[in-house]
Amino acid sequence: MMQGSTTPPVNESKRDFLKIVLSGGLIAWAGAVIYPILAYLKPPKQAEVEVSSVKAGKLNEMEKDSGKIVKFGTKPVILIRSADGSLRAFSATCTHLDCTVQYRKDMGLIWCACHNGRYDLNGRNVAGPPPRPLDEYRVVVQGEEVMISKKV
Amino acid sequence: MGLGKKIYAWIDERVQLEGLVEFMGKKYVPVHRHSLWYYFGGVSLFLFLIQVVTGILLLLYYKSGEELAFESIQFIMSKVQFGWLIRSIHSWAANLFILSAMIHMFSVFFEKAYRKPREVTWITGMLMFFMALGFGFSGYLLPWNELAFFATKVGTDIAGVVPYIGKPLMTFLRSGSDVTGATLARFFGIHVAVMPGIFTVLLSLHLILVQAQGMSEPMHLENTPEKEKKKMPFFPNFLLRDLLLWLIVLNVLAILAVFFPWELGHKADPFASAPAGIKPEWYFLFMFQTLKYIPAQVFFLDGEVLGILLFGLGGLLWLLVPFWDRKSSRGEQNQAINYVGLFVILYIIVLTIVGWVA
Repeated sequence: MMQGSTTPPVNESKRDFLKIVLSGGLIAWAGAVIYPILAYLKPPKQAEVEVSSVKAGKLNEMEKDSGKIVKFGTKPVILIRSADGSLRAFSATCTHLDCTVQYRKDMGLIWCACHNGRYDLNGRNVAGPPPRPLDEYRVVVQGEEVMISKKV
Repeated sequence: MGLGKKIYAWIDERVQLEGLVEFMGKKYVPVHRHSLWYYFGGVSLFLFLIQVVTGILLLLYYKSGEELAFESIQFIMSKVQFGWLIRSIHSWAANLFILSAMIHMFSVFFEKAYRKPREVTWITGMLMFFMALGFGFSGYLLPWNELAFFATKVGTDIAGVVPYIGKPLMTFLRSGSDVTGATLARFFGIHVAVMPGIFTVLLSLHLILVQAQGMSEPMHLENTPEKEKKKMPFFPNFLLRDLLLWLIVLNVLAILAVFFPWELGHKADPFASAPAGIKPEWYFLFMFQTLKYIPAQVFFLDGEVLGILLFGLGGLLWLLVPFWDRKSSRGEQNQAINYVGLFVILYIIVLTIVGWVA
């Protein structure tokens, strides 16, 4: 038998313990680096003023058979005065891909320029890619003032 | 000893340039009837360098922010000397870069130059191509004009329909639930810092691989004896041809920028309707046009979900072509690849024209 070159016995449980502690420490360290970065990338919630109704202008300023975009908080709303003079309001955000719709006199429809989506004057998606109708808003005329509010 | 030689000797003494010089001297470019396509990688590189230079120049005056961005570009175009030229070149070069990268990509595809051992070169190239589209998309918003505003709304909304990760991805891209000044700030950071950094790493890897492995030869030349193959030295013959072409590209770019100055359009207004005739940049047009044709509902899927899944799958298959086209890697002819490539080119061309005319 040769003497001298025997390797010392390996303490398996000690080695396993070190493996767990070190790799666990490495993972914890990576987490401590990555988590704050990911959290930083997530935009903080901004306190939004909840708008329930807005003034959309004077009735006599709005021609029959026309539409206009009204600022409703941070969202655009389309107010339409039809040929017979009745008023309707819908969310102006196309349900397809978030573009802002417009009233088309020549078509008598609500139309989205981005992908040729069409809605009738009840906000129903009648042609093109939009998957859902436009949300309707309530229109109230107080004297000459046109008010738009959320439907409840 | 002249000054030039002295400087060379000084450097050589410290970093041993012989190896590099010998490598350059031994580098040859194959000459055959498809050699023309070799130049488009170089042209893409040149256009990228132009983007870096003009981009840095624009950075000196550009201001990000809802109330500043559009005005600062107006300032660049009307007040800064040659500002109109720099901005116009940046916009034109962006488009030519994508065109040139596309030609480069298709030529590599049809030559099957992605086959073993150049899989990684193909992957890095494709990743750079996807990033080029990202550069185009993010840079497009920076002037904060009407078209850019809606293009970004649509583009990020499409990202939002990706199953599972869509909504968080959209919030991340928009920096909130809507496209606002916060989105602009984020796109600005991504466009001028994040992407150039990653792109530079990919580009370095791509170029090192091309240098180390040499130019790919067409498959029909593989059985030709070495003596009968025509080739030209890379240095200086090929490099000088490259430089001549770069000069021509620069001239074309100058002509386009001067005679067809890039428009700024109207400032974005979140409370205006999307303008009639709005369409994305030409390189997104075929996807845009496809979205118009997919109905709102296909079986149980929303139309856009189906669209994005199909394009995503197509892009992934394209990226991974070296791994499923085993025949080419074995040196066998694979006609199916040509048909796939031809179909993709025809699809893109036809839908782009239809989208353009519509």
